[in-house]
Amino acid sequence: MSTIIRLANITKLYQMGEEQVHALQGVSLEIMQNEYVAIMGPSGSGKSTMMNIIGCLDTPTSGLYELNNTNVSEMNDNQLARIRNKEIGFVFQTFNLLARSDVLHNVELPLIYGGINVTERRRMAMESIERVGLSERMHHKPNELSGGQRQRVAVARALVTRPSILLADEPTGNLDTKTGEEIMQLFDALHREGNTIILVTHEEDIAAHAHRMIRLRDGRVERDEPVMNRRTYGASSVAASA
Amino acid sequence: MEFSELLKISLNAIRANKLRSALTLLGIVVGVFSIIGVMTAVRVLQSSIEEGLSNLGSHTFQIQKFPALFVGGHDQWHKFRNRKDITIDQAEFVAERMSYAQYVGIEGWQGGQTVEVGRLKTNPNVSICGENPEGIPTNNWTVAEGRSINDNDQRYSTQVAIIGQDVVAKVFPNGGAVGSQIKAGSHRYTVIGVFEKKGGAFGGNTDNFIAIPLSTFLDEFGKRRDLHIMVKAKGPEVFDEAVEEARTLLRLARKVDPGAEDDFDIFSNDSLISTFNEFTFYVKLGIGFISFISLLAAGVGIMNIMLVSVTERTREIGIRKAVGARRMNILGQFITEAIVLCQIGGIVGILLGIFSGNIAALAFNIPPVVPIDWALLGFLLCLVIGVVFGVYPAWKAANLDPIESLRYE
Ligand SMILES: Nc1ncnc2c1ncn2[C@@H]1O[C@H](COP(=O)(O)OP(=O)(O)OP(=O)(O)O)[C@@H](O)[C@H]1O
Ligand SMILES: [Mg+2]
Repeated sequence: MSTIIRLANITKLYQMGEEQVHALQGVSLEIMQNEYVAIMGPSGSGKSTMMNIIGCLDTPTSGLYELNNTNVSEMNDNQLARIRNKEIGFVFQTFNLLARSDVLHNVELPLIYGGINVTERRRMAMESIERVGLSERMHHKPNELSGGQRQRVAVARALVTRPSILLADEPTGNLDTKTGEEIMQLFDALHREGNTIILVTHEEDIAAHAHRMIRLRDGRVERDEPVMNRRTYGASSVAASA
Repeated sequence: MEFSELLKISLNAIRANKLRSALTLLGIVVGVFSIIGVMTAVRVLQSSIEEGLSNLGSHTFQIQKFPALFVGGHDQWHKFRNRKDITIDQAEFVAERMSYAQYVGIEGWQGGQTVEVGRLKTNPNVSICGENPEGIPTNNWTVAEGRSINDNDQRYSTQVAIIGQDVVAKVFPNGGAVGSQIKAGSHRYTVIGVFEKKGGAFGGNTDNFIAIPLSTFLDEFGKRRDLHIMVKAKGPEVFDEAVEEARTLLRLARKVDPGAEDDFDIFSNDSLISTFNEFTFYVKLGIGFISFISLLAAGVGIMNIMLVSVTERTREIGIRKAVGARRMNILGQFITEAIVLCQIGGIVGILLGIFSGNIAALAFNIPPVVPIDWALLGFLLCLVIGVVFGVYPAWKAANLDPIESLRYE
């Protein structure tokens, strides 16, 4: 197993006028290929900030971030766009779907920017939508869908380019237990297929799907440990490594 | 990313804000409309004038006291009015001495006449022209039926007439014109021929006339009147020489002092067209300038609305960037949107312009004109406006930070 993500002493500082907010204050961690990691911590502890940095959407104030042994801070705009497009699937806390476009187009979007031709991307998008069980809602707009369905569209969009890393910021935060469990089953399956999965959650039940749990507090790693009583069984042999 | 995809995104964005887009477009529509409308109208006039002039045949020119096409003020008109008439003696002096001429036609006109046959009567708007025999070919008139005016008619001042189709329609609805008697003005004439239909300039009265021998005409309407001289050169190669010769002869006949300017006007189809073009050039220049200003204002409007649009859609831009859109993709998207917006306005303006420019053509019953070159220019102009005024908003959009845009409320 090779290291896929390496954070070394990452900090993120927000300057709010006179006041400084230290969202991350020196986070160091390594994540291996095909790990299944849950990130927990109280509100405001820096979870989303860290996810955004890992997802190449945001840049740290200081520290080193290596993705696949490449220093991300040395990459130019186009390279970052390529990574966001091909390497990483991101499921946002707030869905972030295009309001005026239907499900199909939303899911297709990464493929459009990936330069995939029309017929191929139709096929891939439909496959992805089918996977989250929304084939019947293909031509609905986000505002015609329930919260859980929107979340599933966001997942379908994250999956559609078959990224090796899946980042999910509270993918079940807006869902009832049953729907949340459905989404988690999807993640479990993706993990079994060899993907690296990192998800943020407040719920112990959800975190129990992962193999490793990282707790943040005040922008620092408070605890980093294997998950003991896992909820899924018969998964890959690797439990956790830290 | 395919162009069709960009186009789809743009159209969707424009559709999402129909009223706002329409209002923004209005400026472009007006600007393009005024250019295309005026250019179409000018071209309609031009083609009708060219057609109307075809009564002067090839390598033919005409001499008269008044200019055929006059652009100028009252003062200048006064100058022309004070010129002496071109008399029959002067005209014949020229005709007898011309060496470069194939024909020299001499004619006089009298308008506002009525033609009667029995109880049938035209309106009092028929023109009677007196023509020498060569006046018929120099006018490029064709006698469809019967015969033309000949030397005998001219010598003996016979009471004969060739009549135009509009007159035929009024007084000989059932045919049988040739050989019949008509009363025109206060005299009687035998119809010897019927002119072919000319149609043409301003849908008007080009066929509403009759021609009689010049000598008869002068007897009946008086010898002291202003005449036209029409000269058909022996060939195009001696056209300029023929013009010079006629000018010299007429100056001699009218005793114009050497060094004084001509007290008559010489024009041909070509010279008329170039005079017309000179006049329309300034019209075009003026309209072009006004349209340019209005398009500039419209462009600023487009830029403004695009900036608003970029701000409103910050989140959308963030989403697109988050899933892998590059700067170029976003830049392309917003420039395309600006261009599409302009182009919709442009096409509406072009269509409206062509339509209204051709209203004149419909009214005067002349074939409509589609100024392809101006339409293309309008199209191109809209493209340029879209790019010029779309670049800055698009550049702003392309440089938005992905995470900040996603956070934008
Ligand atoms: N754009 C910003 N400007 C200023 N401060 C910010 C910004 N984004 C985040 N912060 C601050 O950084 C800290 C960490 O925020 P972050 O969103 O990472 O928390 P979180 O752990 O995801 O919380 P939650 O569980 O509520 O989603 C917070 O104190 C927040 O106020
Ligand atoms: Mg968060």
